[in-house]
Amino acid sequence: MTTRWTRKDLLGLRELSADQINFVLETADAFKEVGTRQIKKVPALRGKTLVNFFVEPSTRTRTSFELAAFRLSADVINISASDSSLTKGETLKDTARNLEALHADILVLRHGSAGAPQFLASRLKASVINAGDGAHEHPTQALLDLYTIRERRGKIDGLHVAIIGDILFSRVARSNIFGLLKLGARVTLVGPSTLVSREFEKLGVEVSYKIDDVLPKVDVVNLLRIQHERQRREYFPGLGEYTRLFGLTKERAKLLKPDCLIMHPGPINRGVEIDSDVADGVQSVILDQVTNGLAVRMAVLFLCGGISTE
Amino acid sequence: MKQEKQNSSAAVPIMDAEAIRRALRRIAHEIIEGNPAPDKVVLAGIPSRGVEIAQRVAAFIREIEEIDIETGIIDVAMHRDDVGMRPELPVVHASKLPAPLEERTVIIVDDVLFTGRTARAAMDAINSFGRPTRIQLAVLIDRGHRELPIRPDYVGKNLPTATRQQIQVRLQETDNEADAVWLERQG
Repeated sequence: MTTRWTRKDLLGLRELSADQINFVLETADAFKEVGTRQIKKVPALRGKTLVNFFVEPSTRTRTSFELAAFRLSADVINISASDSSLTKGETLKDTARNLEALHADILVLRHGSAGAPQFLASRLKASVINAGDGAHEHPTQALLDLYTIRERRGKIDGLHVAIIGDILFSRVARSNIFGLLKLGARVTLVGPSTLVSREFEKLGVEVSYKIDDVLPKVDVVNLLRIQHERQRREYFPGLGEYTRLFGLTKERAKLLKPDCLIMHPGPINRGVEIDSDVADGVQSVILDQVTNGLAVRMAVLFLCGGISTE
Repeated sequence: MKQEKQNSSAAVPIMDAEAIRRALRRIAHEIIEGNPAPDKVVLAGIPSRGVEIAQRVAAFIREIEEIDIETGIIDVAMHRDDVGMRPELPVVHASKLPAPLEERTVIIVDDVLFTGRTARAAMDAINSFGRPTRIQLAVLIDRGHRELPIRPDYVGKNLPTATRQQIQVRLQETDNEADAVWLERQG
């Protein structure tokens, strides 16, 4: 592996090459091993300060970044929208500049607007890690999904992945599409036509509205949550209707190949997009995703936060 | 140590394959002498050449004493003290050590001992796996210029150098070149 990492920021997977994505995954292998040690902490980012700046609420992503930072010996401050001065009318840029004036080295940003991390990355010396921006990208989620597939199947090239659900509002779907295609996977998007536009075919993926035709063919299904909070009007009649047409019910799960992986970025809505027994079944790797998320985020923080930006 | 020796006309051969073989075989003898309970010893190589050297020393010990010494990998990249000071990061690898380390002697194995900072990082890494009874250090070349109070327990060859000079170790398995050690002046 001759790739060297020279980026201070991670804004999305669209801007990364296949080699760079693989480099992050290989680095994550090393950090996953740290989790098996007696002392699960290394001094790699000792003395660095990480700010978890979550303008949109999130518990699992923020906690994962926080734990990853602890394991790298960085100091962590958490700021959420409600206790930031954004509510007092301060602009995003001013808030970030204040954080930088406090010598924050790494800024992990979740924001409702696409492009907010990019905006700050070009203005700050600190590393900016995108923890989800609007319906744009969520790179660390896609990286941990790629990591989990690679860990279970040994490769990504040549696999067929179905991403099912609310694609339109999903940054997880977008980052996954970029990452999977770059690494040579075939991607089929499935969902209601209101949430899965044919427009997506321009990215190089296939689009299907018939889940029962797709399930028997694929090696991985990645189920997305219906993002109630991001939808301004109803895109389908109701959750019951969604489950009937697109939910991974016990009956539908029987259509899957025996070695097909079932993934979900969480939080899962049991009984809506996935049946409770299926979520806990042998094909489910949902909790592996959580464990791997920690290793992947350690790798990203180490790579982006560890290089000299002087 | 990354510079290609082909580009330099000032490269001087220091050790050939036979000299390396003899040095590692002597280290194997010294490890046996110094460790009355060799089943408690772990040879932990630092990637990538240290890992290969550890394998070779273990093979000599097997040949001499007919015992299998455990080997491991100890990666130091995430324990280094210069993260954030370099424009390029070292590549990190997964470490692999037997558990538990308590009651054991871990011998760190590397190709070249220079400032001692890698050895310090290796000791730090080992401590995150447990608390061995003893940690020792075995190197093929000791080139001097220590920046920390560290000394090797087993040395293949002592080689006084100027700081501007570079030591190139080449091993068949890691470099796809004949075993050799070269000394060259930089720039």
